[in-house]
Amino acid sequence: MKKNKLSRAGLQGSLVGVLAALLCILIGLLCGYLVLLAINPAHAWSDGFVRILKGGFYDAPYGVGKMLANAAPLVMTGLSVAFAFKTGLFNIGAAGQYTLGAFGALYCAIVLHLPWFVCLLAATVMGGIWGAIPGVFKAYLNINEVITSIMFNWIGLFLVNEIVYGNGSGVMYDSRNTRTWNLRKTAGCEGSVIPDFGLNDLFQTNSTTIAIFLAIVVAIVIWVVLEKTTFGYELKAVGLNKNAARYAGINEKKNIILSMVIAGALAGFGAGLYYLSGVSEWNPLNSTSLPAMGFNGISVALLASSNPIGTVFSAIFISHITVGGSFLSTKYYPTEIADLISGIIIYLCAFSMLFRGKIRGLLFAGKRADKANANAETAPAAVKKEGK
Amino acid sequence: MGTADISKVTKEELSRMMVGRDVQLQVEKEPAKPGEVVLDVQGVTMHNAAHKKDSVKNVSFQVHAGEIVCLAGIEGNGQTEFVYGLTGLEKLSAGRLTLCGQDITSASIRQRSKDGMSHIPEDRHKHGLVLDYTLEENMVLQRYWQPEFQNHGFIRKDKVREYSDRLIEQYDVRSGQGSLTIARSMSGGNQQKAIIAREIDRDPKLLVAVQPTRGLDVGAIEYIHRQIVAQRDAGKAVLLVSLELDEVMNLSDRILVMYEGEIVGEFDPKKTTVQELGLYMAGARRQGKGE
Repeated sequence: MKKNKLSRAGLQGSLVGVLAALLCILIGLLCGYLVLLAINPAHAWSDGFVRILKGGFYDAPYGVGKMLANAAPLVMTGLSVAFAFKTGLFNIGAAGQYTLGAFGALYCAIVLHLPWFVCLLAATVMGGIWGAIPGVFKAYLNINEVITSIMFNWIGLFLVNEIVYGNGSGVMYDSRNTRTWNLRKTAGCEGSVIPDFGLNDLFQTNSTTIAIFLAIVVAIVIWVVLEKTTFGYELKAVGLNKNAARYAGINEKKNIILSMVIAGALAGFGAGLYYLSGVSEWNPLNSTSLPAMGFNGISVALLASSNPIGTVFSAIFISHITVGGSFLSTKYYPTEIADLISGIIIYLCAFSMLFRGKIRGLLFAGKRADKANANAETAPAAVKKEGK
Repeated sequence: MGTADISKVTKEELSRMMVGRDVQLQVEKEPAKPGEVVLDVQGVTMHNAAHKKDSVKNVSFQVHAGEIVCLAGIEGNGQTEFVYGLTGLEKLSAGRLTLCGQDITSASIRQRSKDGMSHIPEDRHKHGLVLDYTLEENMVLQRYWQPEFQNHGFIRKDKVREYSDRLIEQYDVRSGQGSLTIARSMSGGNQQKAIIAREIDRDPKLLVAVQPTRGLDVGAIEYIHRQIVAQRDAGKAVLLVSLELDEVMNLSDRILVMYEGEIVGEFDPKKTTVQELGLYMAGARRQGKGE
């Protein structure tokens, strides 16, 4: 009976978390609708709000395929940030690690013509290396990982752009399209594209591959590592209290670096999923902005309150409304409206602790009274014991 | 309750007036029966880079099985640093540490723990607990890697729960939700009890207890003192670091006074007085250099 009660407490926690996230989403959507009304009241409902809500389903199955293709890398960058959060680090460098991952994947595909899983591995390794650098700085010199990873975002971006572009004659650069070579249309690169097992036919797209399933598998693996293993126990202990971890004989420096390596590897893997699916090609001329996928990862992680499984759902949701936003008629609304809504939702996530408290109060108010009584009962027993 | 003249009142009288009953300030214990040397400290010196001086200077002593040796001193005279060096949290600049005949001078923290050293840390929030972990996760903080609690890297949650429930029962650790209580939400006394349960239950050869009763109420203090004496009687070596003179006098079988990083005197608590200890702790006197 005791066990039953304990597991219920854990379940309550998850339920409250999900409800709080849903509340954030609901209020965010409402605010979005108000903005739509303000911009163009006549079309706000059917041409605006409903299209965003429908997301990919507005133009099914093509839209759904597109949504899934975009969700896969988003799951990974979200996991990257969430994993770091769980281990006490803020990985704002997911964008840079993603950039390096993209380079690793594309180099192995276009130059070395390697099979897709090797390219994916290369992306993971490159991302991991780029994550390791801030990790080393943090572990040995106690330099805040936020500062180093922001700088390494830009270092990575310019480095990759410089190599890819190569003054217009880089081997990976297709000067006609001002992007890297299209993997599907370039001789020798076909084997580097992640297989789709008929998903492209199903969704009538050309970039829906098994990437989303790979991302989901990785999310489950990360959840297992964090929750079920001694390695995850150590990582979280270091994140929550570095000194206590050290006291317990855990090598905190090694664990900080490993955390960042894994976070980086996850982001790099995400880039591999994106570019090896051929969703788009790398544009080295777009040198002033980091890939948005990296920063959206932060939103995804926040919305999921850093739960690896929750990351899958929040990434799919963010991808859903982003695709929905792209279906908005530009006659009436800018496509950025979807970003605006997801922005509001993320902003509200900051209040999620408040929502959690309120929801818990509403749902479990009766039970809390019981608990207080239970506490009161122990006191007389304690007195008795001392009396003896 | 009453008014007393400072010049005339005794501590016992004052305690009685404050608590409302006779307070047992003395810990009941049998005379110690020291056994073999468990901890041998030879010429330990530690350098403090921030202050550019040695915080611990050429400290040597031994702790035997079945005795409580107390390192007494005013705060900031090198006791904290010495314990960091002893437990492996910081490196020694010179000297040798031997635990049960095994050289542990440069052993890792984990290795020292495996060799039989338990450590009740000075700061339970900084070192002793991961406050956002549950009580059961904290109970296995030193042991989660042992085969009993993990299988190929996967934590055996059922074993952890079983173990934690047993410690809670046995050491009377009180908390709202038992093993699942977040450590942060527990009272200081129960947090400390949890740490003591964890460290004692590992069946150590040497127990290093640093200010184990700091900030606790009388009941918890009595309990902890009894546990420490029980460890001694079970043949463990206990090194107690304390700032409380009463605790020093009551609990220990041998007292070492530390002043400015050096051991300035060794005393038998039965043959010394608080006043004498105080003079040594303040640096007004020292043994071996003549008075």
